[in-house]
Amino acid sequence: MVGEHLLEVKNLKTTFLTEMGSVVAVDGMSLHVDYGETLGLVGESGCGKSVTAESIMRLLDERTTKYEGEILFKGQDLLSLPEKKMVDIRGNEIAMIFQDAMTSLNPVYTIGNQIVETILTHQKVSKKEAYEKAIEMLRLTGIPSPEKRILEYPHEISGGMRQRVMIAMALSCKPSLLIADEPTTALDVTIQAQILDVINELKKELNMGVIMITHDLGVVAEVCTRVAVMYLGQVIEEAPVDNIFTNSLHPYTKGLLKSIPKIEGDRNKKLYTIEGIVPSLHNIPKGCRFAPRCSFADEQCRTQSPVLKETDGGHKVRCWHYEKIGQMEEKIDVTATS
Amino acid sequence: MKAYILKRFISMIPVLLIVATIVFFLIHLIPGDPAAVILGPEATPEEVEKLREELGLNLPLYSQFFYWLIGIFQGDLGDSIYMNKPVLQAFVEHIGPTLSLALLAQAISIIIAIPIGVLAAKKQGTFVDHLFMLIAMFGMSLPSFLFGLLLMLVFGVHLQWLPAAGYQPLGAGIWEHLKYMILPAFALGMIQAAVIARMTRSSMLDILSMNYIKAAKAKGLKERVVIYKHAFRNAFIPILTILGETFGSLITGAVVTETVFNLPGIGQLVVNSIVRRDYAVIQGTILIMATTYLVLNLIIDLLYGVVDPRVRLNRK
Amino acid sequence: MEMKPSIQMEPKIDYDNFTSIRNQLKKEQRSLFIKRFLSNRSVVIGGSILLVLIIFAIVGPMVSKYTPLEIDPVNRLQGPSAEHWFGTDNFGRDLFSRVAHGAQVSLGVGLSVAFLTAVIGLFVGLYAAYYSILDHIFMRICDALMAFPDILLAVAIMAVLGPRPVNVIIAVTIVKIPVVARIVRSSALVVKEQTYVEAMKTLGASSWRIIWFHTVPNALSPMIVQVTYIFAIAIILEASLSFLGVGIPAPNPSWGNILYDGKTVIYSAWWMTVFPGLFIILAVLGLNIFGDGLRDLLDPKSHKAINKQ
Repeated sequence: MVGEHLLEVKNLKTTFLTEMGSVVAVDGMSLHVDYGETLGLVGESGCGKSVTAESIMRLLDERTTKYEGEILFKGQDLLSLPEKKMVDIRGNEIAMIFQDAMTSLNPVYTIGNQIVETILTHQKVSKKEAYEKAIEMLRLTGIPSPEKRILEYPHEISGGMRQRVMIAMALSCKPSLLIADEPTTALDVTIQAQILDVINELKKELNMGVIMITHDLGVVAEVCTRVAVMYLGQVIEEAPVDNIFTNSLHPYTKGLLKSIPKIEGDRNKKLYTIEGIVPSLHNIPKGCRFAPRCSFADEQCRTQSPVLKETDGGHKVRCWHYEKIGQMEEKIDVTATS
Repeated sequence: MKAYILKRFISMIPVLLIVATIVFFLIHLIPGDPAAVILGPEATPEEVEKLREELGLNLPLYSQFFYWLIGIFQGDLGDSIYMNKPVLQAFVEHIGPTLSLALLAQAISIIIAIPIGVLAAKKQGTFVDHLFMLIAMFGMSLPSFLFGLLLMLVFGVHLQWLPAAGYQPLGAGIWEHLKYMILPAFALGMIQAAVIARMTRSSMLDILSMNYIKAAKAKGLKERVVIYKHAFRNAFIPILTILGETFGSLITGAVVTETVFNLPGIGQLVVNSIVRRDYAVIQGTILIMATTYLVLNLIIDLLYGVVDPRVRLNRK
Repeated sequence: MEMKPSIQMEPKIDYDNFTSIRNQLKKEQRSLFIKRFLSNRSVVIGGSILLVLIIFAIVGPMVSKYTPLEIDPVNRLQGPSAEHWFGTDNFGRDLFSRVAHGAQVSLGVGLSVAFLTAVIGLFVGLYAAYYSILDHIFMRICDALMAFPDILLAVAIMAVLGPRPVNVIIAVTIVKIPVVARIVRSSALVVKEQTYVEAMKTLGASSWRIIWFHTVPNALSPMIVQVTYIFAIAIILEASLSFLGVGIPAPNPSWGNILYDGKTVIYSAWWMTVFPGLFIILAVLGLNIFGDGLRDLLDPKSHKAINKQ
């Protein structure tokens, strides 16, 4: 592969050093994002999505966290940058929005103050210009009468508005990469759609790369171009968004897709659930991490870890038996329909 | 807002009334006759009885109480029967050392404690944190009068850097005044500093784990800005409460510290007045101090609104 | 590997066995608590300091060759020596003996105050929480008592009652009851709002039952923590009162009145300030550390609450 990616994470391993020993939260994570594309990072809670995002931003407490591997942003390894340089990248080149906008805005400062602060940190503009920019950004995110809102405190506006403010703040310095950590989880469905639209619009306008972290496959279908599915700190499948929905290869991904209720489906049918629970990070299974919950698992799966293998057209999967499983399922489908 | 303040003031009245009642009847339960104390052991019973009449001590207790209350509402706290001057005047004459001591101690404690608390939180779990918290624990266990005695022993008696005891008013020059106040102020400020440092640390730790701190870091703000602008202002809200609540203990400490260093303050006034059975002074002084305590706590409550916009809104 | 937490129910419930299982469980819980108790560094350190002081208070007077009241004018104000370990005071009395007897007085006063404030504060707090008329009366009185500077109130009470050890206990107890009452009241109010208490009321449970069987256990932990701190504060207040000359009357020794005697001779006899001072610090430090440990152990939520004097 020639051209350089906007962001390329190679073999990232994030370890937390806790009092009860070290915990590997992200293990051998690799992914990339290009300009103008949206990568969906999908998985159950606790699978390491947020830790990956916070590792890229290096937001974790560095006294108790160990990073290994490489995070190349525009060719530069973020993990080897001194904190002084990292400060210039955060919020400026890479921005992040968080799940809970209420608690992500400081309650004692006005919205305007918090946006302007970001602008003034990274750009050489006057306070007045910064305020004008902030108003402009708020307008872009669809907030009515931003010049009034800017003087308000976070507790005075609604949840959807707060998330728009977060977006305005994140994008105020026109970053090339936006990491959105479950930006719509805490919101109503209608507002969810609006927020996703705003992110999508601004992505096009700024030609940003976006990492959309979510556990909601509906969100993925709506905004993502590519998807990486995570399980227990690893990517287990990565593919263009259409492939994931039509031709998923990993049993876990298949399970996730089957567990979405379908409007046209049989209402009386019980929803599919994946057996078992996610093992704790203190207690990671040997071999394939999904093996204890997988109905196809055999001896090989339980003893040897599979690697993330490219099949075709950018579709990668971490499974020993994905080919066999595919064939078996076809047969089941045939018998079921006949 | 005005309505709120008014409401708070009105709600102080019953509390102060109870304070007044307790203090009046408590003081009058003290055995011993003020008239006899004033006239000394050689006075004849007739002389004592005459003085009792003059002072109104022969009236039944409830009517004495009633007259006293009426006086208070007219702004008259009564006269010191021993010093022969209005209570208010005696109070004003003695407030200087106490006020100076309390303010200096509070200033010292804030200046020392808040940076230490913030630093300890920033370096949570490290040697620095453990060391500071150990010192704070130690400071909290050191009664101010005892610390005063130890400071006096070291700096006043052995090193002789500062006078061991005594007082010079501010009028004698700032340095002259401070020379006598430094040791008592440190003695009193230490325990206060320990409490505030611990509070600051735990409050900062709470705030540092908040999402908006992570969000502030994600904006690319320097650690200094994150800690002092974003974390500290939020962490200051509970610290403010402690400042108000510990004012009471500051006064308590001041009373005993004054005795250690022979400062002619309110503590000495009250303790001496108890010995002299000078009812009006004891009653008046304690009432003023209780009022100060309540007003101070009200002011602190109002300050919340300045620090925390959420409180501001709720009160409108 | 078993992923599902499997809870297997026995098909038959054996009721005889049930009680024994419950006892077994209780025993296990208790041993778990003891383990946590012993693994809490603050509790162990604080507890050890207190233990040492208690042993000192008991054994000290026994090993001392002198009684605390024995006057020896020839040997007055002697520094520490093999004969007088802590030196002698301005009447030539043996300071070690006086400090050791003083330990009994100080710890005794502290313990009594802790116990009394706990019992009375519990009653006041509980009934204030459940009966709103009482609440208004009690809490206004508490407000008023808290508006007094501690020491002045204690001094005034001492003036009324006269300087006797038991009066020190009474005075300090009165001063500190509001603190305990408020803590108990606030935990009781929380319990009162719980759904299960509402449910019990509708089922006709008496308020007596609700208060003593359901509220007290919840109010106990924060109260015990607070009472530990009050123990420490009582020692300080006793020392302060004695230092002001209105506490434990001379010639009986207490840490506070030894300091009072020592202040007049601070230029010549440092030991009269240092030794009793050291013991006050040790006692208060031990109690504060112990209290912090207890708080972590019993009441992990109240980290924000801080010991205030």
